[in-house]
Amino acid sequence: MDTATFLVQCLNAVQYGLLLFLVASGLTLIFGIMGVINLAHGSFYMLGAYLAFALAPWFGDWFVTRLVVGVVLAAVFGYLLEWLFFSFLYERDHLQQVLLTYALILVFEEMRSILVGNEVHGVAGPSWLAGGFRLGGLMEYPWYRVFASAACLVVAVALYAVVNRTRLGMMIRAGASNRDMVRGLGVDIRRLYRIVFAGGVALAALAGMIAAPLSSVYPGMGSSVLIICFVVVVIGGIGSITGALVASLLVGFVDTFGKVFFAEWSGVGVYVLMAIVLVWRPEGLMKRGF
Amino acid sequence: MSRISLNFSSLVALMIGVVPFAATAQGAGGPIKIGLMLPYSGTYAALGNAIENGFKLYVQEQGGKLGGREIQYFKVDDESEPPKATDNVNKLIKRDNVDVLVGTVHSGVALAMAKAAKDNNTLLVIPNAGADAITGPMCGPNIVRSSFSNWQPGYAMGVVAGQKGVKRAMTITWNYAAGAESTKGFTEGLEKSGGKVVKDLNLPFPNVEFQALLTEIAAQKPDAVYAFFAGGGAVKFVKDYAAAGLNKTIPLYGPGFLTDGTLEAQGASAQNMLTTLHYADNLDTPKNNAFRKAYAIAYKSQPDVYAVQGYDAAQILANGLKAVGGDLSKRDALAAAMRKTPVDSPRGKFTLSAAGNPVQDIYLREVKGNNNEFRSVAVKALADPARGCKL
Repeated sequence: MDTATFLVQCLNAVQYGLLLFLVASGLTLIFGIMGVINLAHGSFYMLGAYLAFALAPWFGDWFVTRLVVGVVLAAVFGYLLEWLFFSFLYERDHLQQVLLTYALILVFEEMRSILVGNEVHGVAGPSWLAGGFRLGGLMEYPWYRVFASAACLVVAVALYAVVNRTRLGMMIRAGASNRDMVRGLGVDIRRLYRIVFAGGVALAALAGMIAAPLSSVYPGMGSSVLIICFVVVVIGGIGSITGALVASLLVGFVDTFGKVFFAEWSGVGVYVLMAIVLVWRPEGLMKRGF
Repeated sequence: MSRISLNFSSLVALMIGVVPFAATAQGAGGPIKIGLMLPYSGTYAALGNAIENGFKLYVQEQGGKLGGREIQYFKVDDESEPPKATDNVNKLIKRDNVDVLVGTVHSGVALAMAKAAKDNNTLLVIPNAGADAITGPMCGPNIVRSSFSNWQPGYAMGVVAGQKGVKRAMTITWNYAAGAESTKGFTEGLEKSGGKVVKDLNLPFPNVEFQALLTEIAAQKPDAVYAFFAGGGAVKFVKDYAAAGLNKTIPLYGPGFLTDGTLEAQGASAQNMLTTLHYADNLDTPKNNAFRKAYAIAYKSQPDVYAVQGYDAAQILANGLKAVGGDLSKRDALAAAMRKTPVDSPRGKFTLSAAGNPVQDIYLREVKGNNNEFRSVAVKALADPARGCKL
């Protein structure tokens, strides 16, 4: 492998890692801070992708507006969902959480089938991001992929700032480490959780909306990202935003170079990585909330 | 109220060709029980419905009878879930006592059906699943297929690629049986016409992160790439391939599944792509035109290759039943007749091999707009090698 190819592969790895981070960050928030095992997280990713598909004809080239509208809709949806279902889960054991969230996967898949059907659909990206640039005489790199990476970086920075630099973030971190104490100090913990959950859903949906023009939308697309997201969250340390970012990039690199060098074994690469990290640091790379 | 709904449902049953229970238990040996085990939910639901529609269309055209006997249908949704396959197929064999099994789309489920059909000596007609093993090591006199083996379109594409002067090719697919069988066919076809596959790329199913492998293709600069993907993976691969600018210098070939039912989503990125399959959207033959018209009238939608395979599944069964006058106990004669009698399919006439797989023309098609248009016959009367079959 020459230098140019190697650099392009590094770019591929970073870009895949960043997209993974966007989906996994919402999961680490919900899983780490609220303690809910949310198997339906992949469905929120799918919801975002189908929102992008459904909203595309309305907004045309107003791509950023489309993203904002989609995120708001997803957040409202997440808020309602928490109020209707998840708020009853916090005191219960993990089995019941798994049952409910698995049921939600089935419901969402069936709703998707009824509302949109089972066909594969393409989603138009914005025309101002069409085309690409030549990379080292090898291949073209689409502008849209660059945009997707940049958007993921912006979200990563914003998320870090909110969690670590704002009053809301402080309450979230406090709520994660001692729920009763925070309630004792007069914080409305139920509302706080509702906001966190809505935020997690919005992040997953945003990831789906950004990924939709790249991946198109199709049945079962949520379940394919769910497992890899759990891997990222576990490697990164449950509830840690920074950990999720580092873990996403690690997984991106292992996956990309695994496919190139060990084609037959590329499926197990990320799981070997997870096993090594867990042996070395059973709690994951980072501690929760940081 | 219940009376009304009962009447309504039996009316619907009549309309779609199901023989009501009242009409059973009479006539020569009663109706033939056909068990349709198809995906009616999940990713492949549309395929399951198309197959059933095609099957019932042919039966209706014969006045609702095959081999002079009425037909009674039993349905099971296989959900394309191999772990549930054995239970599902036993519902039809043991509970409903069906005479004939028809199914399915998913190869893993179909393999379980083939095993059950062998164990219980039930007739099995497979209307889609392309696993080579079904008409290879798993073959049996009571098992036939109306579709294709994964090897067939791959081999034909390999031959065409070689004729176009491809010397060095790469293949890319998911790391699972169907992909391996298809790319193996391509490799054999290409070698037959003077080329070579320099590298097989693969990634775990259903991973759709292709960028690393596209970079690998760009670095190796082969003369052509052969890809086997389906559904969402097919859409994303073809789009990513075009977005990387590779389609300008390295032609992308594939079996028909790469561009069937996915063209609306693939849009401009799939235009002018060449694929091989046993059917094309605009075959201008009297039989195909008549079939498409009848299907459109019956179901208010356009038929696809799956509907054709369902139609032919019924036709193959009818050929066998006709030869024995509907007497299912004459099993040897029935199996022989199903294989010997030519099938007048919308795709063109074909017969079945000893192993029970179609010996059929494979077409070269080109993507134009939202159609896979017929270009030429890639390989005439192509037979699957049926490796491991002792029939």
